[in-house]
Amino acid sequence: MKEEFMGYQRPKGSVGIRNKIVILPSVVCVNNVAIQVANKIENGIALPHPLGCGQFGPDFNFTSKTLSGLAINPNVYGVVVIGLGCENITSKLLARQVKRAKKPVEFFDVQDVRGGTIAAIEKGVKFAQKMSKAARELKREPFDFSHLVLGLECGGSDSISGITANPAVGVVSDRIIEMGGTSILPEFTEWIGTEHLLIQRAIDKNVEEKIRSPLDKFLENTMKIGIDFRGVQPTPGNIVGGLTTIEEKSLGTIAKAGKAPIQGVLEYSEAPKEKGLWLMIEPGLDVESMTGLAAAGAQIIIMTTGRGSPAGNPVSPVIKICGNPKSCDYMRCNIDVDASSIITEDKTISDVVETLWNKVKATCNGEQTQAEVLGFNDIAIWRAMNFPFSALKI
Amino acid sequence: MPKFIIIKESDNCATSLEDIQKGTEVKRGGNDILQINDEIPLGHKFALKDINRGEHVIKYNQIIGVSTMDIKKGDWIHTHNIKSAYLEDVKK
Repeated sequence: MKEEFMGYQRPKGSVGIRNKIVILPSVVCVNNVAIQVANKIENGIALPHPLGCGQFGPDFNFTSKTLSGLAINPNVYGVVVIGLGCENITSKLLARQVKRAKKPVEFFDVQDVRGGTIAAIEKGVKFAQKMSKAARELKREPFDFSHLVLGLECGGSDSISGITANPAVGVVSDRIIEMGGTSILPEFTEWIGTEHLLIQRAIDKNVEEKIRSPLDKFLENTMKIGIDFRGVQPTPGNIVGGLTTIEEKSLGTIAKAGKAPIQGVLEYSEAPKEKGLWLMIEPGLDVESMTGLAAAGAQIIIMTTGRGSPAGNPVSPVIKICGNPKSCDYMRCNIDVDASSIITEDKTISDVVETLWNKVKATCNGEQTQAEVLGFNDIAIWRAMNFPFSALKI
Repeated sequence: MPKFIIIKESDNCATSLEDIQKGTEVKRGGNDILQINDEIPLGHKFALKDINRGEHVIKYNQIIGVSTMDIKKGDWIHTHNIKSAYLEDVKK
C-alpha cells in the first residue's frame, strides 16, 4: 500500500504539514510589533531575531536568505513582513523574495504608519486576519512522501545517541528517500573525521570535492588563527556523555543520514534542487542549524538528543528522539520518541524505527510535537563576520 | 551481568549500556571473561584488549583516536588516555 500523509497544497507544487501565518520582522527594532500582531492571530507566529541592520557581505546574505526561506517554507500559508524603515534588510526585499514563491504576502514599514507602533500593530493585524481567514478555508489532502523534506538534527549528544536514536533516524531518512523524498544533514563540523565515508557516498567527483573542500578550508583557517578545532569538539556535555574525540562524535552524527547516496552540498539555508540526501554547511549549533533546515524548506525535523533538549522551531515541527534512559526519564515532557528501550528492554533499532515512523506520519497529519505543545520556537541565524572584534585590534 | 555493546567485531573497545562498577566481571561471548578496572558510566567505553601507547582505538570499525598511554584490557577509555587521531591518521 502506498503511504500518504494529509497536507496542505501550496503554490508551485510544494506541500505543507502546518498552515501558519508568519509575521516577519525584517529588523530587530520591530520584533515586538511582530510578536504583538501574531498574538492576535489564529495560527499566527512571529519570527523575532536580533539582526537585520548594519549587516554586510555574507551576513547580509545569510540573514535575508534565512528570513525569506523561513517565510516561504511550505508550512506557511502567508506572510506579513514588517520593517522599521531605515534598516538595510528591508521589508520590501523580503516581501519580493516571498512573492517569487507565489505566496500571499503583505509588507509595510512602521515609520510609514501615522500613529506609531500602536497603529502599525493594528495594520499588521488587519493584513494577517484576512490571510488567516483564507488559510482556514484550505483543507488537508493526501500526498505521498516524495513531497517531504526531512531535516536531520542532533543536539546534546552522548555516545548512546550514536548506537540507538541516530541509526533509527538513518533508517527513516532512507525510507523517505526511497519514497522519492528529500533529507538534509547539516552541522558540517560534525562530519570531521568521517570525510572518507561521506566521500564514498557522493554521486560524482564534483560532490566529492564539495564535501572535502569546506572541511579542509575550515581546518586550515582555524589553525591559522590559533584554534585547534579538536579542542572545541566534542563539547563538555558530549564528553560527560562518553564521547571522547571528534571522529567518534561524527561517526554517530552521520548515522542519522542512513546509507543513501549524497546528491550535493548546500549553503546555509539553501533549498535542495533535487530529491535525495543532501548535506548542508552549517556550524553545528542546534537552533541555528534547525533554522537553516526550515529555511531550506524542511517541513519536518527529527532531532536526536542524548542528554535532552527542549529545542523546537517556529515553522517546522521538531520530533525529539532520545536513547538515554536517564534523559528520557528526567526530560520526558520534551521527548516525543523514547528509544531507550533498546538499552533497557532488549528492543531492537527496528522496533524504534517503527515507533519513529508512526510519529513522523502523525506529525505530518497534524499531531503536535512536544516542542510545539510547550511553545519552543526560537530561531537563530548563523553570523559569519559581523563587525569582528579582532578587526579592532589589527 | 552488566550490559554493554560491541558495535563491530573488529572494535577494540565496548560501550557500556549501564553504569558498571570497578571490579565487575563481564563476559564477552564464550569464556572470554573481562575484569573491569575502573568505574564505567553509562555510554562510556572500556578496552576489550590491551592497547599499547600509540595504537589506534577502534569503534564502528573506524579509528576514533590514538592512545596516549598503555591501556589494559578492562580499562576505562576516555580523554585521559586517548586523543583524536584525525589530523595525524584519519585524514591521510
